[in-house]
Amino acid sequence: MNYLIANPERVLRLAGTHAAMVAAALAVAVAVALPLGILSSRSPRLRPLLLGGLGAIYTIPSLALLALLVQLFGLGLAPVFIALVAYAQFMLVRNIDAGLRGVDPAMRDAAVGMGLSPRMQLLRVELPLALPVIVGGLRIAAIATIAIATLAGYVGGGGLGVLIFNGLALHNTGMIVAGSLGVSLLAVLVDGSLRWCERAVRTRLGG
Amino acid sequence: MPRGAEIVVRGAGVTYPGATVPTLQDLTLTIAPGEFLVVVGPSGCGKSTLLRTINRLIPLNAGSIAIDGIDIASLDPVALRRGIGYAIQAVGLFPHMRVGANVAIVPELLGWSRERIAARVDALLALVHLDPERYRDRFPRELSGGEAQRVGVARAIAGEPRVLLMDEPFGAVDAIVRSQLQDEMLLLVRELATTTLFVTHDVDEALLLADRIVVVNRGRIEQTGTPLEVLAGPASPFVERLFHANDAVIELREKARERQRLR
Ligand SMILES: Nc1ncnc2c1ncn2[C@@H]1O[C@H](COP(=O)(O)OP(=O)(O)OP(=O)(O)O)[C@@H](O)[C@H]1O
Ligand SMILES: [Mg+2]
Repeated sequence: MNYLIANPERVLRLAGTHAAMVAAALAVAVAVALPLGILSSRSPRLRPLLLGGLGAIYTIPSLALLALLVQLFGLGLAPVFIALVAYAQFMLVRNIDAGLRGVDPAMRDAAVGMGLSPRMQLLRVELPLALPVIVGGLRIAAIATIAIATLAGYVGGGGLGVLIFNGLALHNTGMIVAGSLGVSLLAVLVDGSLRWCERAVRTRLGG
Repeated sequence: MPRGAEIVVRGAGVTYPGATVPTLQDLTLTIAPGEFLVVVGPSGCGKSTLLRTINRLIPLNAGSIAIDGIDIASLDPVALRRGIGYAIQAVGLFPHMRVGANVAIVPELLGWSRERIAARVDALLALVHLDPERYRDRFPRELSGGEAQRVGVARAIAGEPRVLLMDEPFGAVDAIVRSQLQDEMLLLVRELATTTLFVTHDVDEALLLADRIVVVNRGRIEQTGTPLEVLAGPASPFVERLFHANDAVIELREKARERQRLR
């Protein structure tokens, strides 16, 4: 606790880097996952391949994956960023796929029958209706990403992990506590706000 | 309101992928401009399938369908559907859009001006007996079953379609609301010149609404005729039974009313 009290700006700054890293990784991850999830929901043949492949990545221990990426991309933010985007894919794609496939067939029938183009069916009907499930996936992915982003501190990528790994190296418990506390607090905050979003979109759909 | 279109179905056949027997077989039918045609038949006989071939939700495996002399297979399906109203039993109102936005969908797709759409939405809601001021900005979850069905009908006719397809549009409400909606429908169709195909397995509903009835059984037409023709001269034992079962129901209902009165 005394480290946090003595260095509030440093902890805050690292928390800011941590949050920014997570937000950027999630933004890229969603941009990649959306087309993959849509593809998966439309193609029963590709679905097992996609989800199986992304699931396999998901099961690789994060430290092992990061070590491999550092070999390829060197130290710094790049390997961490790639690892974060890769990990989030499974949770995001799985939920986008499930959300889209869970859309009531009557909704799709009405949309097609009224003459919406395939693009409009997706943008104006299917994605809005799948939103609660998609936001649920985003929430789980965000929490995992916040935790895994801690590893950035180990390979020179910044964030709250810096406190934890430096604290471990220096046997400075206060530093470790400050870092862990920061990560936990961030996770709780993000979890809470995304839960709220999820509920809001669900209520809007009348569920 | 534009005049209804003529629909000519010639030898239409549908076999679903993987199915061994055809769901529709050699169906031939001409629907006159502005006619209100009701398709009746038991569950699974192919009523919905027939309806859905007309807006090309289901492709034909045999035969052809022409609307005002133009083979629908030669048209862009999306454009074709924008000219055909479609209402379904599940109502299918989009829960994330307000009532007004739901009704406005097809006019928007057709590129109408904002003012014209707003005026049309209000006129349609009034037409289906929903006060625009009260209902326009509601979400579908804030409607009763009967109100939702009304909005479903308003949405289907919003684009001034020349053909209207209704698949058990009053299927999801109780008997009282249902009969109210039927009466309103009867008035509504007089105003609309739209050619309407209306599916039901409620024989009473068919007799009440139809200019002409088509009885379908196992993917084939058993009989076509006005309500009176079908009642007076059933073409097969099947048709006779279909409408006879109905007599029994009427009798039971009379009896129930009688009992009520005597109490
Ligand atoms: N998409 C589909 N794929 C395969 N078979 C289908 C499909 N849709 C309907 N069928 C089958 O075709 C037959 C006719 O179905 P259809 O929905 O047209 O019947 P219906 O007369 O509308 O019945 P109901 O009164 O119960 O709505 C049924 O045996 C049904 O199982
Ligand atoms: Mg049906």
